[in-house]
Amino acid sequence: MFQYIVRRLLLAIPVLFGILLVTFVLARLIPGDPCKAILGEKATREVCERFIHEHGLDKPIYVQFGIYMRDVLKGDFGDSIRYSRPVSVILIERLPMTIELGLIAIFLAVVVGIPLGIISAVYSNSLADIITMVIANIGVSMPVYWLGLMLAYVFALLLKDTPFWLPPSGRLSAGLAAVPFYEVYNLVSDPESLKFHIYEFISNMYILNSLITFDWRILWDAIQHLILPAVALCTIPMSIIARMTRSSMLEVLGLDYIRTARAKGLPKPKVVFKHAFRNALLPVFTIIGLELGTIFAGAVLTETIFGLAGVGRMLYEAITARDYPIVQAFTLVIAIGYVGMNLLVDLSYVLIDPRIKLD
Amino acid sequence: MATTTEEPPPPETKLESYKQADRIALNHSFQDYRANSLWRLMLRRIFHQRSAIVGMVILGTLILIAIFAPLIAPYDPEQVLIGVEPVKKRQAPCIHLLGCPADQPQHWMGIDGNVRDQFSRVIYGTRVSLFIGFTTIGFAILVGTVLGAVAGYAGGWVDNVIMRLMDVLMAFPSLLLAIAIVNVLGRGLQNALLAIAIVNIPIYARVVRASVLSLKEQNFVEASRALGAGPLWLLFARILPNALSPLIVQGTLGIAGAILEAAALSFLGLGAQPPTPEWGSMLGSERNQVFTAPHLVFYPGLAIMITVLAFNLLGDGLRDALDPRLSFHKSEQTI
Repeated sequence: MFQYIVRRLLLAIPVLFGILLVTFVLARLIPGDPCKAILGEKATREVCERFIHEHGLDKPIYVQFGIYMRDVLKGDFGDSIRYSRPVSVILIERLPMTIELGLIAIFLAVVVGIPLGIISAVYSNSLADIITMVIANIGVSMPVYWLGLMLAYVFALLLKDTPFWLPPSGRLSAGLAAVPFYEVYNLVSDPESLKFHIYEFISNMYILNSLITFDWRILWDAIQHLILPAVALCTIPMSIIARMTRSSMLEVLGLDYIRTARAKGLPKPKVVFKHAFRNALLPVFTIIGLELGTIFAGAVLTETIFGLAGVGRMLYEAITARDYPIVQAFTLVIAIGYVGMNLLVDLSYVLIDPRIKLD
Repeated sequence: MATTTEEPPPPETKLESYKQADRIALNHSFQDYRANSLWRLMLRRIFHQRSAIVGMVILGTLILIAIFAPLIAPYDPEQVLIGVEPVKKRQAPCIHLLGCPADQPQHWMGIDGNVRDQFSRVIYGTRVSLFIGFTTIGFAILVGTVLGAVAGYAGGWVDNVIMRLMDVLMAFPSLLLAIAIVNVLGRGLQNALLAIAIVNIPIYARVVRASVLSLKEQNFVEASRALGAGPLWLLFARILPNALSPLIVQGTLGIAGAILEAAALSFLGLGAQPPTPEWGSMLGSERNQVFTAPHLVFYPGLAIMITVLAFNLLGDGLRDALDPRLSFHKSEQTI
C-alpha cells in the first residue's frame, strides 16, 4: 500500500512539471512585446528595459523557465495588470467561492447520479431505466451556460412570488454581509501573517464560515444563492456518473458470484449494495475524478452567468481584459488542482479496493 | 435473401438480436461472395441499436437542414430588418398558427438584438456547428493517429516522449486549455477550432497507440512482414484499418464534445465573432436579456443540445454495436 502511494506520488511529478512547462510556453508564445503585454501599451522604453531585466527576460530561455519555476514554487505569480495587485492575493479571495461551488456540485452529482445508475442497472430495460438514460443522455448534451440561464429564467422570474423563488445572481442578498469567523472570535491581529491568509481563505467560503459562526440566516441565504449554479454545474457530471454506475453495475451483476449470492438466498438489497456495488465502485470513482475537470471548466461559464466572484469568472474577465498574468496563474492553479484531485482519487482506491494493497 | 418462411422469430434479448443479426449476415455472405461481410455485419449491428438509429435520424435531418439552409431560412441570417418590416428589436416570436395576427410578418423564433430573424440564424448555425465538429475532430484524428501510430510502432523513447506530452495535455480540463490556447493565438473562429483540435489530439493518439500495440504482434501482421512489407505499409495497410472501429466511436463522441466546447468558447466571446450565425455566440451576446427576451437564449441552446445529443446517441450506439463484449454483459442480466 505504501509502495503504491509513493509510486503514484512520483508519477505525478513529471505531469506537474509538464503543466508548468506548458503554461510557461503558452505565456511566451503570446505575440508581441512581453513588457507591453504586461505593463500596458503606455510603458516607456526605460520602464520596459528595467522590467525585462528584473524579470530576467534578457536571459536564455531555460534560465527564464528556471526563474518561472522558482517564482511559482514561492507562490509568486506576478501582479495583475488590471488590478495592480499580486495575483496570489486575488487567488485567495476568489478560490474559496469556486471550491465551495465545485464541492456542492460534485456532491449533488454523486448523490443523485449513483442511485440513478444503480436503479437503472438493477431494473435494466424497465421504464425507469429508459427514462433515467434518456435524462442522462440529454444531461450530457446540454450546454452548462444555457441550462444556467434557463434555470435562472424559470426560478427567478417565472416562479417569482412563490416559495420556489431562487436568486439569479450574487453570493448573498443585498444588505447581508458575512462576518468572517476570525473577527467574530477575535482570532488574528496581524493581517500580514500566513495564519491570517489561511483564515481569510476559509472565511471566504460563506457556507463554512456561517457554520462556524452559527449564523443561520447567512447560511440559508448563501445556500439559496448556490442552488441554481450548483444544479447547472452538476448536470453533466451527474449524467456521466449515472451512466458509468449503470454500465459498471451491469457488468458486475452479470458475474457468477452475484448469482451465487442470490442462489444462497441473500436478500436482493444486500446483494446489490454489499456484493455488487462495492465492486462496481472503482470505475465510478475514476470518472468522478475526471469529472472534476468538467466542474472546473464549467465554473468559468456558471460563475459568469450567475455573477459569482470566483476563479472562473475572474478568468473570463481576465481574458476579456487581456490580463495575462491572471490567465496564466489561474490556468496553472486549476490544472494543478485537477491533477491533485485525481491523485487523491487514485490514492483512495486503496480504501475501496483491498486488492491494491497486494501490489 | 432469406424468404419469409425462414424468417426467425423476433429476438427476446439483445444477445439474441445480435446472434440473429449475425446469422442473417452469415446467410448473406454465403450467398453473395462479393459482400464485404465485416462491414455488412457492422452495419447490421448498428441498425439494431436504438440509440444509434435515433442519433442517425437526428443527424441526417441536421445535415439536410445545413445543406438546404438557404431554402429553409426565410431571411438572410445577416440581414437587418430595420426599414424592411415593421419589427422591433428583440421582438417575441410571431407564429401565425399560434394566433399571431396575420398582418404581422411571421418570425418563428422572434427577432434578435440586431433586428435579424432569429429562425434564419439558427438554421444557418447548423452549418457552422457541423463544420466545427467535423473539421476539429478530423484534424485531431489525423494528427492523433500519426502520433499514436508512431508512438505505438516505434516504442522506446519515442513512445515515452510522445505519450508523456499527451499526458500533460490531458492534465488540463479541456475547455480551460482551449481558453489558454485561444488566449495566445487571439480570438476568432479559426483559432478556436485549432485550439479545440489540439486539445482533442491526445484522446486519438491514445486510442491508436493502444490498437497498434495490440495489433503489431499479431500473426497477420507478422505474415505480412515476413513477405517483405515495409513498416509504413504494415502501419497503414495492415494495422490502422483494424484500429478503425474505436476511432470511429471516439470520433463520433468527440464531435459532440467539440461542438459543445466551440459553442462555449464562442459564448465567452473567444470563438466565432459577430455577425457569424454561431449558436454559442448568439447565446452569449443575448445572455443579459434572458429575462426580457428568453427566446433569444432558448432556441440557440436547444439547437446546440439537439446536435450534441445526436452525436452522443450515435456514438453510444456505435460503441455498443462495434464492441460486442460490452453489450453481451448488458444483456446477460440475471438479477
